[in-house]
Amino acid sequence: MGGYSMRRKIVNRLMFALTALCALASLSTLFFVLGYISYRGLSSINWAFVTRLPKPIGETGGGIANSIVGSAKIVGLASLMGVPVGVLGGVYLSEYGHNKTGFCIRYAADVLTGIPSIVMGLFAYVLVVIPLKHFSALSGSVALAIIMVPVVLRNTEEFVQLVPHTIREAALALGVPQWKVVMRVVIPTASRGIVTGSLLAVTRIAGETAPLLFTSFGNPFWDNGWMNPMAALPHTIFTYAISPYEELHRQAWAAALILIAFVIAVNAGTRLLLRPSTGVSH
Amino acid sequence: MPAVQRTAAEERIDSRSKRVTGLRERAGDRAFRWFVAGFGWMIIALAVMVGLQLAVGSQLTWTKLGAPFLWKSDWDPVAEKFGALPFIYGTLVSSALALLIAIPLGVGSAIFLAELAPRRVSDACTFLIELLAAVPSVILGLMGIFLLVPAVRSVEPTLTKFLGFLPLFRGVPYGVGLLTAGLILSIMILPFITVITREVLLAVPRSLKEAMLALGATHWETVVGVSLPYARSGIAGAVFLSLGRALGETMAVTMVIGNTPKISWSLLDPSYSMAAVIANELTEAVGDLHLSSLIAIGLTLFAITVVINGLARLMIYRVTRRGAAA
Repeated sequence: MGGYSMRRKIVNRLMFALTALCALASLSTLFFVLGYISYRGLSSINWAFVTRLPKPIGETGGGIANSIVGSAKIVGLASLMGVPVGVLGGVYLSEYGHNKTGFCIRYAADVLTGIPSIVMGLFAYVLVVIPLKHFSALSGSVALAIIMVPVVLRNTEEFVQLVPHTIREAALALGVPQWKVVMRVVIPTASRGIVTGSLLAVTRIAGETAPLLFTSFGNPFWDNGWMNPMAALPHTIFTYAISPYEELHRQAWAAALILIAFVIAVNAGTRLLLRPSTGVSH
Repeated sequence: MPAVQRTAAEERIDSRSKRVTGLRERAGDRAFRWFVAGFGWMIIALAVMVGLQLAVGSQLTWTKLGAPFLWKSDWDPVAEKFGALPFIYGTLVSSALALLIAIPLGVGSAIFLAELAPRRVSDACTFLIELLAAVPSVILGLMGIFLLVPAVRSVEPTLTKFLGFLPLFRGVPYGVGLLTAGLILSIMILPFITVITREVLLAVPRSLKEAMLALGATHWETVVGVSLPYARSGIAGAVFLSLGRALGETMAVTMVIGNTPKISWSLLDPSYSMAAVIANELTEAVGDLHLSSLIAIGLTLFAITVVINGLARLMIYRVTRRGAAA
């Protein structure tokens, strides 16, 4: 009997030790990725790299300034399109969406979240690039905006719902029309959460490459307006990485370090400062 | 007739009680409600439009080649031969491989985080694991090209030597191929499996676990006997959700899978995935049929992920509802 129970205790210990190892492995993957990118990228980052244009292949030096600015512009325009739609849709879900329509919208949003980003790029290609007959920064922003909308929407809903009913009722009891209650009381109260959700969505689309391959397309020079191809950081990393040139590989690591530093800093920063940890934005 | 009248009256009461004050809705409130509802409907319209646009864009392929497009295996754009099977095969096998690696690791980590680790440690670890999900896939692809591919290449001869009796591990050690793609995909989906499984495990009612512990079970036996079965459907949801991710993942896979439209038993051979072929060939499509076939592959990918995500959502909804109610 004693041996039997001993065996059970050993199994208990052993299996939990194994699960701890699993957790350790998952965590060390993150630290390894961050450490290795820093190790390879740090030596190539200098002022010239972030302020200059790429040089022709064969010459050393040259920077990725156009990609950084291009990324900022494409992501910025995408946020201008995506955030308002997501926020107002989220307000609808939380304030009026406890019915069948609300369920359908929630379901559609969750399904949209799961659609691969390359399919969204394809959608933007069919929707914008084919009718206009050329690649454009605008089409890249459209693709990224569509990826962003469901994430912002579900986040906004979650946070608007957290606003206590008593606050709404207090305002309503004073005779304030409901739309004003929502706009002036509910949304400002939930604004921290809404900002967090939007920033997290921005970090998600800032690293997207696949939807930009055939929409904003990339461009080795300064961009020329919204209707022309534009460089973006993740896309530049991709083209440099698959090129056969040592010099471009070096620059790809440096660009990767800049991108990952931005994504991790904003992601971790917003989650630490603005909200307690909940689930992955699924 | 009276029955019908009663229903109408009930409906009237129903619709009135939905309004906040029970009075007539003000014009401004109604306008606002319709305004925000418009944005909600946009989401549904968007989801429908994605499918419709891809269907329209790929019409040429469906009319010219029909359904056999999906199970033909030649892909030769110059000869205008198009069959999507090699891509579907590569996508499915690399994703299956990723699940095979990530499920035990992810569920193991989740058990540790939900059952063993103190709440604060667990929260901190979850925070970090969520950060792993934020790493852009092009960066994992970059590490794949320069780190994982050479590593896999150096291990492959050993694999062939010891496991070569299986057709899965035969062939030339290229480094790029299904195995490498599966490895990199497993890193990408690991956070999703871990975080969702942890959430589901935390939703298991305490009373159930305590009942089993009180009967003399060890902690591990409680996990296996109560927590995992209770959370089964939620874990399945997490797995399906990650599968949806893996199937559509583009950049990292494109960079390490080898991009060869060929069906081979061996995991060491280069292959191709649906997302990767779209990424590589769309801008250089050599004709209308080629372009339309690539969009058709996109539509297929869309359809697969919608079905898989739909199922995953239903499973997760079910568990978290039940957990909240208990």
